[in-house]
Amino acid sequence: MPAADFADRGRAALVELLRDEGPRVLAVLTRTTGSLPVAEDAVQDAVLRALESWPRAGIPAEPRAWLLLTARRRAIDLLRRESARPGKEAEAVALLICEDGGPPPDDGAVHDDLLRLLFTCCHPALEVHTRVALALRLLCGLTTAEVARALLLPEATLAKRLTRAKQKIVAARIPYRVPAAHELPDRLAAVLATVYLLFNEGYAATDGEHLVRGELCDEAIRLARLLRELLADDASVMGLLALLLLTDSRRAARVDAHGDPVLLADQDRSLWDPARIAEGVHLVGAALRRTPSRPDPYAVQAAIASCHALARTPSETDWAAIVSWYDVLITVQDTPVVRLNRAAALSERDGPEAGLAALDQLGSLRGYALLPAARGELLARLGRSDEAAAAFRAALALPLNAAEHRHLERRLAAVNGARAATDQ
Amino acid sequence: MPQYAALIYEPGDPDWTQLDTPGKQAMMQEYGSFGEAAAAIIRGGAALYPTTTATSVRVQGGSGNEVLTSDGPFAETKEVLTGFYVLECADLDEAVRWAAKIPAARAGTVEVRPVIDFGAGS
Repeated sequence: MPAADFADRGRAALVELLRDEGPRVLAVLTRTTGSLPVAEDAVQDAVLRALESWPRAGIPAEPRAWLLLTARRRAIDLLRRESARPGKEAEAVALLICEDGGPPPDDGAVHDDLLRLLFTCCHPALEVHTRVALALRLLCGLTTAEVARALLLPEATLAKRLTRAKQKIVAARIPYRVPAAHELPDRLAAVLATVYLLFNEGYAATDGEHLVRGELCDEAIRLARLLRELLADDASVMGLLALLLLTDSRRAARVDAHGDPVLLADQDRSLWDPARIAEGVHLVGAALRRTPSRPDPYAVQAAIASCHALARTPSETDWAAIVSWYDVLITVQDTPVVRLNRAAALSERDGPEAGLAALDQLGSLRGYALLPAARGELLARLGRSDEAAAAFRAALALPLNAAEHRHLERRLAAVNGARAATDQ
Repeated sequence: MPQYAALIYEPGDPDWTQLDTPGKQAMMQEYGSFGEAAAAIIRGGAALYPTTTATSVRVQGGSGNEVLTSDGPFAETKEVLTGFYVLECADLDEAVRWAAKIPAARAGTVEVRPVIDFGAGS
């Protein structure tokens, strides 16, 4: 192996270590300085120093303690520069100097600080896309440039969004604390929604040429794993991680060489990731056992995903079980999209007429292209090519990403071909 | 301790000097109850006459030049500013908890904005 490869791999491991430790150090320092912007600035500086000196001097025995000490000294400088006036900053400096040289916080304390940082970044007073950007920057440890690239935004736009968010956290005093037990369900829902949106941005990219942006899926799974580490017993967290793993297990099979989507039934199942499936299925079981009376919506969606994941061929799919899970899902999350998916499952269990009847009960779902697309698919199966073509055309008139658009155009061409054949 | 302005926006430009419906009378009572419950943290506030009494003021061409006045509020919106409180709270969570108890939060919107404390530096 060439030396450059060794260097690259060493560099990658180093970056990975810093991405893991950086947010933990940031979480501790945000509490001790009482200022997220100061802590972020200080940790960024410490990470840069580590990237510079560790490849030469070697990784220290206690990387977190090294980073914390370096960042703390930088924070003291920053606070002193700001604190010509008396007040909070002076207190923080005194506290930091007092802590300097003391033992680093133990894992339990770091764990609690990381939870505080998580609930601050994902506070419901912040817009959900802002939460996604903050989470990528502060919890996933990506640089501003990397976050901008991942979210397909100009770096200046993203930087402005992050700055405004941090200004709001400071000025409006979004508290740095773990919510009380009675607030936790609502606040956790805001955290889970953030992670789920991040994953969907990656898995079903609605704009841009690429259907799947894998790096976003990876970051969402990374965050879900962090949540699982922090809230190990929570059924929603398990359900969400399971759902992400099971959905992501199909990533390699989901698009063809041209970047176009491949329907579930047509996917090469040997490309599905067995490790992700095994972990996901295990977590679904654990999540469902914890919430027998009111199933968690993420866990139920994960149960549906596991029915697909466990079928070695499309014909082995347990559609009866899937329809039942959709019935359960409707009791906790009755949305038109869930009913649309249930209709699709019903058509597999009872035939296309049954699916079509269920779709027709849904109304128009104004502006949602997947409804006419699903109707077109069922009509085509029933040989009703004229109606199928009309449905595909209706879907094509609605917002779709480029790959979905190409797929529907191919389906339209196929039913048009079938119509020409019957006309002859 | 930080202060927050809770700006109350309501649909329909209500006139709170005319308690001419049972709904408005009940609402007034609710404001009375809120005022009692939040007495320890209320630092100020006011209810406003409807926007039909508003006069918008602009000065053209720099200070001391022509004063332009126009009838009505600066912007036409569906919900209008009808009053505000200044609340002293430890953090945003506490301010949001109190704002949610303001009767108008159910039919209108309460906007919570932190108040700048120039005395303590920014």
